[in-house]
Amino acid sequence: MTHESASAPAKKGAAMASTDLDALRVVGREIDGNVPDAAPDAAWDDRKLHYNLVNPSNRRKFTVIVVGTGLAGAAAAAALGELGYNVEVFSFHDVPRRAHSVAAQGGINSPRARRVDNDSIERFVKDTVKGGDYRGREVDAFRLGQEGVRVIDHMQAIGAPFAREYGGQLANRSFGGVQVSRTYYTRGQTGQQLEIASAHALSRQVAAGTCHLHSRQEMLDLIVKDGRARGIVVRDLVSGTVRAMTAHAVVLATGGYGHIYYKATLAKNSNATAIWRAYKRGAYFANPAFVQIHPTALPLMSQWQSKKILMSESLRNDGRIWAPKAKGDDRDPNLIPDAQRDYFLERRYPAFGNLVPRDVASRNIRERIEAGYGVGPLKNAVYLDFRDAIDRLGAKLVRERYSNLFDMYNEQTGEDPFTTPMRIAPSVHFTMGGLWSDYDMMTSIPGLFVGGECGWGYHGANRLGANSLLSGCVDGWFTLPYSVPSFLAGQLGEDVLPLDDPAVRQTVADVEGRIARLLGGGGVHPPDYFAEKLGAILDRYASVSRDPAELPDAIGQIRALREQFWRDIKVIGTGDRLNQELETAGRVADYLELAELLVLDALDRDESAGAHFRTDHVTEDGEAMRDDANWTFVSAWEAPPEAGPGAGKPIRNYEPLVFKAVPLQQRNYK
Amino acid sequence: MRLILEVWRQESPRVPGRLEAYEITDAREEMSLLELLDRLNHQLVEENQEPVAFESDCREGICGTCGIDVNGVPHGPENNVPACGQHVRSFADGDTVRIEPFRAAGFPIIRDLIVDRTGLDRIIQAGGTVAVDAGTATDADTLLVTHEQAEAALDFAACIGCGACVSACPNGAAYLFTGAKLQHLALMPHGKMERGKRARSMIAQMEHEFGPCSQIGECALACPAGVPLSAIATLNKERLRALLRRKDN
Ligand SMILES: Cc1cc2nc3c(=O)[nH]c(=O)nc-3n(C[C@H](O)[C@H](O)[C@H](O)COP(=O)(O)OP(=O)(O)OC[C@H]3O[C@@H](n4cnc5c(N)ncnc54)[C@H](O)[C@@H]3O)c2cc1C
Ligand code: FES
Repeated sequence: MTHESASAPAKKGAAMASTDLDALRVVGREIDGNVPDAAPDAAWDDRKLHYNLVNPSNRRKFTVIVVGTGLAGAAAAAALGELGYNVEVFSFHDVPRRAHSVAAQGGINSPRARRVDNDSIERFVKDTVKGGDYRGREVDAFRLGQEGVRVIDHMQAIGAPFAREYGGQLANRSFGGVQVSRTYYTRGQTGQQLEIASAHALSRQVAAGTCHLHSRQEMLDLIVKDGRARGIVVRDLVSGTVRAMTAHAVVLATGGYGHIYYKATLAKNSNATAIWRAYKRGAYFANPAFVQIHPTALPLMSQWQSKKILMSESLRNDGRIWAPKAKGDDRDPNLIPDAQRDYFLERRYPAFGNLVPRDVASRNIRERIEAGYGVGPLKNAVYLDFRDAIDRLGAKLVRERYSNLFDMYNEQTGEDPFTTPMRIAPSVHFTMGGLWSDYDMMTSIPGLFVGGECGWGYHGANRLGANSLLSGCVDGWFTLPYSVPSFLAGQLGEDVLPLDDPAVRQTVADVEGRIARLLGGGGVHPPDYFAEKLGAILDRYASVSRDPAELPDAIGQIRALREQFWRDIKVIGTGDRLNQELETAGRVADYLELAELLVLDALDRDESAGAHFRTDHVTEDGEAMRDDANWTFVSAWEAPPEAGPGAGKPIRNYEPLVFKAVPLQQRNYK
Repeated sequence: MRLILEVWRQESPRVPGRLEAYEITDAREEMSLLELLDRLNHQLVEENQEPVAFESDCREGICGTCGIDVNGVPHGPENNVPACGQHVRSFADGDTVRIEPFRAAGFPIIRDLIVDRTGLDRIIQAGGTVAVDAGTATDADTLLVTHEQAEAALDFAACIGCGACVSACPNGAAYLFTGAKLQHLALMPHGKMERGKRARSMIAQMEHEFGPCSQIGECALACPAGVPLSAIATLNKERLRALLRRKDN
């Protein structure tokens, strides 16, 4: 990849270019998001008109690899299969339906705007762009809204039983800090129903012979030749065999990297390997520091608790969040009278109260816990109390609204939220950052596309509730099936790269070398040991708030841990069979690299925006303060060159963001 | 708390397996059964022994990845709870707990506690799908579905695909799984179009890989999604309906 070094035209965002920072990264060049030259609301139609088409009889001559069978991957694969392309689908799960999309609870947004509560596509765009604190592309949000309208129709048709009103039409509710009802749902299992429907649609194409499923196969590298993505290298998780598959285009839909914090609401096996390997091969990584921390997860209750569990945001509609006014007050919460309770969100944000956005709630809860007001055995939670809601609405109505969440809480903790307030704590939940892509969802490597949470699209610095299921569906069903074929059209008559091509062989050898290195480590600590240590560093330095004076320390600690990893890693067993320790080790090795970029991005982005809260950029009221003059762009990190002046330092390129429909404005929830 | 775990160890499908006993001295009531296995693995790795291979992902009861037999019962002692939601508090200090893979002819063992459940997916591929391509669906608001019908569809669609029903069944039948899908899609407007055809093809595939049903009902007790036993009646009804009507829908 070419880049201009520090001599870039505007040297964007270099305001605090301290020598520290210059020792860590290079400011690169302005990059182009390939956005249509039309009004934002007309951009998608304009682009679709300019896309190239492939004749139906030629489609089966093209092979597309899709990695991932979550909402984005299953949809992209199924839709391309329906169109007649030959699709090779990979997933590390045993069957497609297990992808972590299945765990989403609350709902999926769609600006169908049938009610008279004044919703519209424009309002959806405004909510998405403002919610993201103006660090996402406005035109992308328009496409998300425009295509989002028909997502519900499609998902319902292929089997998702959306909740219905008594009149027989679709039910919807308001969600996640917006003032209109545009969230469609199936009880607290929306993700499950959308995922199963998508996995079934994929199954239909498997039966039709257009999609070929490669389950329990983990992508460990990307094959790039002459600057183009030509295939992937995978390891069969059962036999241990490493092999390559080549194609005309590759789509990554591999989910978020939040598990890098070790205990998050993501699944145990969620990981960043596919996108990190793509980054190392030349794909830019956008805004890695933009990580969403959800305010209402179950707190850790013991060292052995394997992960955090989300309690839906909808609980904040009726539950009141509080901590004791006295530090260390460990009385039974029911014995603490109102006068000795601090309803701190209501106190600090009288207008929005308990319904402030996720980042604001998380920061405030964490502040209370760190200041010594935490409750529960590990003093790491605050209360979410339904007492007043039960008094006001009656237990029956509260049960109807939240029964499955209350049951889940009860199943996990053995406590009954009807009689004892829930204990909740913030948890890493979603990553807005991910592989950078242009308007066509193509990364900086031609032929490599992204969809879903592994990309960076739409959500800017903070994702709105129920917008991610939507983006997975829109990417997979209604965007990639337009943009990928347009790329393929230019390759008619070209074969895929033969498997004995030197580029293929070299990539396979690289993967085998890395596996051998993992197996041949010093044998002191298992991979989880490092994962936990890394999680603790990120949690301490790069979660709800980031202090620029401390971040270089975090980088030092991550580097030391990485060195220790390669010295001391212990992987029991061999590589020629199912070996879960080896799988984990590879994922942790990649996390140890990505973590440094994440912290570097947090240090580099010299402003607060959405979930990225820098302690040196705070308004008088203690809120996040953006610096629009210098930072209205997406950071697109490019892997460090191996030699030359900037050797070893990642290059931060930047794509300026333009807001035409939603003028820049500071958030205010007071 | 002290527990003895008797765990099925089997290196690959080709070699015979055996039960191995391990002692855990610091189990805690609030641990889930899978966290107990994590604890065991931690211990094994410290002793340089290969950890027990077992599957899990979401660890919150929705993905259907986890699945083990605990003292002969799929997922564990509590009814209708997946292994990741079962807790050590169900056992007493000093208990011996036998942990084995899901046992069913349709689920070949891959390694230790991991089995191959793709047979269920092949039932879906045989027809558990709806023939609507992207972009061609009608407006979902114009297709009226009663509140009750949508809720009922969800009761059956809630299946997490874990395979506990198959393992619970002495015959290794997949009736609950297949019946749930037939009922779910029969209640959906587009799903109705291929109702008869679907019943024929899914049932044929099911019978090809899984055992017959003798109406014992263990499956519904094990089901973590609480799929009602009526799914089995549905399957038999749909079979008959398809046979008599001889139509696609
Ligand atoms: C608990 C929870 C609740 C949520 N609730 C909501 C909600 O209510 N509304 C909302 O809009 N959003 C919600 N979200 C966010 C949303 O669910 C996710 O962002 C979205 O589902 C991600 O979908 P995806 O297709 O990008 O990835 P995933 O569903 O995570 O799928 C990733 C796929 O990639 C495969 N994969 C990954 N790496 C590799 C590799 N190297 N090789 C092979 N295969 C690989 C996996 O096997 C899997 O198939 C929630 C998230 C969580 C964690
Ligand atoms: S691990 Fe997902 S259901 Fe148990």
